[in-house]
Amino acid sequence: MSENTARTHAIELGHLARGEPGRREEEQPTVTLKVESLDLWYGEQQALKSISMEIPRQQVTAFIGPSGCGKSTLLRCFNRMNDLVDGVRIEGRVLLDGQNIYDRSVNVADLRRRVGMVFQRPNPFPKTIYENVAYGLRLQGVNDRRTLDKVVERSLKSAALWDEVKDRLHESAMGLSGGQQQRLVIARAIAIEPEVLLLDEPASALDPISTLKIEELVYELKEKYTIVIVTHNMQQAARVSDYTAFMYLGELIEFDRTSTLFTNPRRKQTEDYITGRYG
Amino acid sequence: MKHRTQSWITQGSPWVWLTAGMVSVSLVMVLGLLGLIGARGLGHFWPKPVLEADYLEPGGGHSHIIGQVVDEEEISAQALLDLGQKPPRQEGVVRRLLVKSGNRRVAPPDFRWVYADGLTGVQHAPELMVVERHQWGDFIGRLTGLKEHGEPVATPDLWAEYQRRIARAEALYRRIRAIEKDEIGAINYRIERLRLERRRLELDGVRDPDAFADIEERKQAAQREYQALSRELADLRREAGRDTYTARIADGREVEQPVAEVVRAYRPNAMGLTDKLTFYLAKLHEFVFDEPREANTEGGVFPALFGTVLMVMLMSLIVTPFGVVAAVYLREYATQNWFTRAVRIAVNNLAGVPSIVFGVFGLGFFVYTVGERVDHAFFPEALPAPTFGTPGLLWASLTLALLTVPVVIVATEEGLTRIPNAFREGSLALGATKAETLWRIILPMSTPAIMTGMILAIARAAGEVAPLMLVGVVKLAPSLPLDGNFPYLHLERKFMHLGFHIYDVGFQSPNVEAARPLVYATSLLLVLIVVALNLAAIRIRNRLEDKYHAAEH
Repeated sequence: MSENTARTHAIELGHLARGEPGRREEEQPTVTLKVESLDLWYGEQQALKSISMEIPRQQVTAFIGPSGCGKSTLLRCFNRMNDLVDGVRIEGRVLLDGQNIYDRSVNVADLRRRVGMVFQRPNPFPKTIYENVAYGLRLQGVNDRRTLDKVVERSLKSAALWDEVKDRLHESAMGLSGGQQQRLVIARAIAIEPEVLLLDEPASALDPISTLKIEELVYELKEKYTIVIVTHNMQQAARVSDYTAFMYLGELIEFDRTSTLFTNPRRKQTEDYITGRYG
Repeated sequence: MKHRTQSWITQGSPWVWLTAGMVSVSLVMVLGLLGLIGARGLGHFWPKPVLEADYLEPGGGHSHIIGQVVDEEEISAQALLDLGQKPPRQEGVVRRLLVKSGNRRVAPPDFRWVYADGLTGVQHAPELMVVERHQWGDFIGRLTGLKEHGEPVATPDLWAEYQRRIARAEALYRRIRAIEKDEIGAINYRIERLRLERRRLELDGVRDPDAFADIEERKQAAQREYQALSRELADLRREAGRDTYTARIADGREVEQPVAEVVRAYRPNAMGLTDKLTFYLAKLHEFVFDEPREANTEGGVFPALFGTVLMVMLMSLIVTPFGVVAAVYLREYATQNWFTRAVRIAVNNLAGVPSIVFGVFGLGFFVYTVGERVDHAFFPEALPAPTFGTPGLLWASLTLALLTVPVVIVATEEGLTRIPNAFREGSLALGATKAETLWRIILPMSTPAIMTGMILAIARAAGEVAPLMLVGVVKLAPSLPLDGNFPYLHLERKFMHLGFHIYDVGFQSPNVEAARPLVYATSLLLVLIVVALNLAAIRIRNRLEDKYHAAEH
């Protein structure tokens, strides 16, 4: 499927070709996030080792790798969620549309408005469905009822949840099933129209049917958003992503088009992993 | 058999029995405590029959007894002999009764122990009456006549006429009280304010004679009102003193007393069950809603009840924000290191400090240091008389807030810890700042825990007496801290408290026998108040928990 949707302007990526691919485009830059030799330590332990990569715009990029390889940590660098961890140290740069998000002048709250995130376990707030979706807007001071109504409806429709909840918008979100909660959280994230959507194993706590729905949703959402998804499920990565990064022990081993990486991996480690020899 | 015993032990049954036994013991103790104070306290208001008998005293004398049996006990004759008393028998067990004969002013003592053996011709005549008086406790005797302006009143039904006149006197009495307390109280308050206003002008160096003249004029007006009221008061008092009644007491004397002194008169021996029940409820109502009389040993406990509830509420209002803010800092903002651990240990230790120490601190710091500064800064016109530089409601509430703040901190921290980080991250990931996350998500979710802390704080504060005696509670407060005079809530006033009331009535009262049942009744009321305050808080917490039940997932 990635072949069908891939943009005509092919992007050269990662360590395959170190160029400035965005420069070649006239209308819009094709790279949203650019990571430059990023190192991260938890205390004494180095969790990310000199990561460099470029995440293409309006594509789905999947991070795969065995548990503890640093894929979630890397994802959480993109909206500075790691700042919350005590004793974390980060070196290197992460550029969002050319600006280093670790720059002193960056307002973290603004950054997170531009880079939304969905977590492994559904975490709706103990509020109504409506208020969950409206939360991000209310934070920005939007309290106009009609605007909120519109955004809530649009977001829930985008998250393919509207038909299931439209009659109980003002009931608690805690009454939804796990899969519905996860789609609600996605609706909540896209209500504030971020540029990038980070999904941290969004389907790992869900049943197969809900998983399928989330995957379909991801496929639809990339029309508007740049999506980065962490998954330990290789089939899922193969199904939903256009690009895949394989990580191992804190290093980025290989980054390529999903079709290429799965059919013709360039590195031995990648091949071992996708053929199920370890991990 | 041995095998069965062994398997009984190995299956853990003894452990189950032991734990269940402990629960039962605790339950029995709690219920026993409540039952005891309930029975002793509530029984006091039930009208007791009046006994009349001839009494042959162990020493040989004769006397006539009229009174109510309030207690009885069996005691060995030997023990009495050892105490130097003369029991009617030299050996075995003798039964003795504590008889309340009342009539404290005319025929003391009002309580005496008599030996059951010495009583002859015991009867319960229906016409024997008990008169509750505003002063000097109960009067017990036979009504013989009524007088108006000293002239005997002829009436076919003496008792009914007597009741009518009591009702009239009582109405007058209430009016007199209302004038004395509310109206004259308000005028006095105004005159005092005017005096302070004048002093303030002097302190400010105002020389304008008009200002002083204005104050003087308003003061004159208040004084004229006062004189009018005191004339009315004198009239009312004369009216109230119109009637007297005569009654024959146990020793055969006839006594004449003013009807105005009577609160109520009743004939317990002639009362049916319905009458007794009505009487009982009236007494109970008086106990809860009236003011105390006779050095707190009669009447009600309303000011103490009011003071307790008001103080606890103020305390909750003060302690909750303090405790919550401190807990939020410790848990959400501070880096977890040796310093925060030390602070936590200190906070927990604070909860173990004896409460009287807090009282001393409150007196030394709040009253003498802060209060004095406040007086100099805001109430210089009243000096040298202190306004806030003396124990009062505000300082008592603050001292108790200090006493209970550890509980709130610990409970709130516990609640904050229990909230999964997923909620914090979820909010932050949407572009919320830490403060917004706290306000909109975390604090609402931890309200059940905060309420738990508040419940514990209330339970502790409502039962505390020792520190209060130093920082604001008094035996008898002339007025409630909440009244109709601006600014309505008088934080600087001293107040009464049920806990201190128990201590005062039980141990400081001039007539311990008469006051003892009130100690039980007041204790019961204090327990009920604590329970009621807790139930209210628990109800609120449960409703919040339903709302945020997700936090417990």
